[in-house]
Amino acid sequence: MAGIEVTTLHKRYPDGTVAVEHVDLSIGDGELFVMLGPSGCGKTTTLRAIAGLERQTSGDIHIGDTLVNDLPPAERDIAMVFQFYALYPHLRTRDNLAFPLRAEGLPKAEVEERVAEAARLMRLDALLDRRPHRLSGGEQQRVALARALVRRPRAFLMDEPLTNLDAELRADMRTEIKHLQGELGTTMVYVTHDQVEAMSLGHRIAILNKGRVEQIGTPLEVYDRPASLFCAAFIGSPPMNLIEVELADGKLRSKSGLALTPPPNLPLDRSLIAGVRPEALEVTEPGADGTVPGRVVSAEWLGDEIIYVVDHGGQRDVRVRMPPTVRFAADAPVGLRHTGGPPPVYDASTEELVA
Amino acid sequence: MAVSVDEAVSPGPVRDRRPPRRRSGGRGRVVIEVAVLAVLAAVMLFPVLWMIETSIKENRDVYAIPAKFFDFTVTLDHFKDVFVASGGGPTTLSGSFLNSVIVAGVSTVLATVLGVPAAWAYSRFSVKAKKDQLFFILSTRFMPPVVVVIPIFLMYRQVGLFDTKLGLILIYTAFNVPFTIWMMKGFVDEVPAEYEDAAMLDGYTRLQAFWKFTLPLLLPGIAATAVFALIFSWNEFVFAIFLTSSDAVRTAPPAIAGLIGGTTVDWGLVAAASIVFALPVLIFSYLVRKHLVAGVTLGAVRR
Repeated sequence: MAGIEVTTLHKRYPDGTVAVEHVDLSIGDGELFVMLGPSGCGKTTTLRAIAGLERQTSGDIHIGDTLVNDLPPAERDIAMVFQFYALYPHLRTRDNLAFPLRAEGLPKAEVEERVAEAARLMRLDALLDRRPHRLSGGEQQRVALARALVRRPRAFLMDEPLTNLDAELRADMRTEIKHLQGELGTTMVYVTHDQVEAMSLGHRIAILNKGRVEQIGTPLEVYDRPASLFCAAFIGSPPMNLIEVELADGKLRSKSGLALTPPPNLPLDRSLIAGVRPEALEVTEPGADGTVPGRVVSAEWLGDEIIYVVDHGGQRDVRVRMPPTVRFAADAPVGLRHTGGPPPVYDASTEELVA
Repeated sequence: MAVSVDEAVSPGPVRDRRPPRRRSGGRGRVVIEVAVLAVLAAVMLFPVLWMIETSIKENRDVYAIPAKFFDFTVTLDHFKDVFVASGGGPTTLSGSFLNSVIVAGVSTVLATVLGVPAAWAYSRFSVKAKKDQLFFILSTRFMPPVVVVIPIFLMYRQVGLFDTKLGLILIYTAFNVPFTIWMMKGFVDEVPAEYEDAAMLDGYTRLQAFWKFTLPLLLPGIAATAVFALIFSWNEFVFAIFLTSSDAVRTAPPAIAGLIGGTTVDWGLVAAASIVFALPVLIFSYLVRKHLVAGVTLGAVRR
């Protein structure tokens, strides 16, 4: 087991595309580290550079104490699980699992023992004699995971391993991966574009955008205080409401008059945008205390909650998360107020967190 | 290799195999359709049937007027004449067949050996101006070959490749490599690169990964591509007639054409030689027919 250090990573392809502009990561030993970002943000390229499948243009990668820049993938002692499971189609499950061990030249008895252990761990015993095309998507992914862990590598690299599974199976596998990582205590770098996956799995999350790291933090830090407008819009579903505000009478006020508690140390010399989570707003009867008048544009009834889209005479409609007991029809006049603590506030021009 | 063609080449959704429902019109319509198709088939196949008949007729029956369709004596003499000279020993025609086998075989192998790795590289690696390069490679096939036959003839005469098998092999390879690259690139694109990535993480070098994992999955595509290349080289006539002058080098197509002319034409011999010439390609195409369809519908068509 080992931590992974990525310093000033830069990757530019011969055709001129820059996949990774500048990435610094310090991943702890035994950590489940998630790289999150939209497609084309450089997360997969970074992962492939760690694996050794891509050679970075500049920058260093350490796995444990070893500088691995010039090591081929096989000598980095890591295992990778792919979005497309990449099980060898002509081999049965048993041989797929044994394959990396045989490639290493381990004695036969040990190979069998380790395969049996991995199969037990991933509950594959009944599937050992099947070929990949006779396995379901979930089973293939379990085989792929088992193949990664038979090697007992220093780190696991996961490249969107759950993207091809249906929603229910994905949730199950998520639990399974998290459990497995906790059990083995092996460092894991997990790449995904799914923020739910990132939030539920990661010890820490790195949000990447356009080849740069926008924010690194625990799921809660990332959720509560997104470091930039990009992160604010990316994390959370529905996303944060971004409201243009001005400081007046000791309150942050939107154009519609919606009042927010200001955070301390607010710079006053620039235009500001407050990031307000949908659950930090409240829809009330019109005219209630401390509200601004608004109108329900639409309501999404999700069963356990209702998402109201409210026009409050400001610039953009806001989304409000309410319990299912609070019911307003579309077009109904309502009151809108802020209920949470001080929201994170961003500089409108640099798009970065200022307070 | 346990991968069947269907697995390897049809990752997309399985198409509905039911035949389309026949349009209304009933039995009468079916009869008309079958009749029209039968007539068309007869017209299309008649030259082939006539060739086969001619090859097994005695010479007096070949020239009989009115033509004899059924009541003739069957003989295999013409086939013997294709290979065995009248004084014993092999005919020049049999030498031409051997030349054809060598030229078509070697040029196909060369085109495959050069084209498949190139296709793999174009599919897997990020190459500067990849699209332009591929377009340039394809552009060599834009014009009909006959356009360049005179410049090639002059060049070949200058460098001593005129009237050599090597010359023919090189020119056929040059025509087949672009075709192989384009067709194989389609097949390589279909094989997920993750197989190679996984194999590299498991301890193989990139080339070993290609050799052990991607190549076996490409075999159906390679078979289809190679057969197309083989058919091109085997059938090629224009370069064969312009770039060869001696019987020792001449391939079968110009040699068979050379049988016609002179004062009398031994049609029986021409027909028999043509059948012998057509057979290998027919047999090959039949053996790999599944792969050929896959090749036509998958490798050559961009999705």
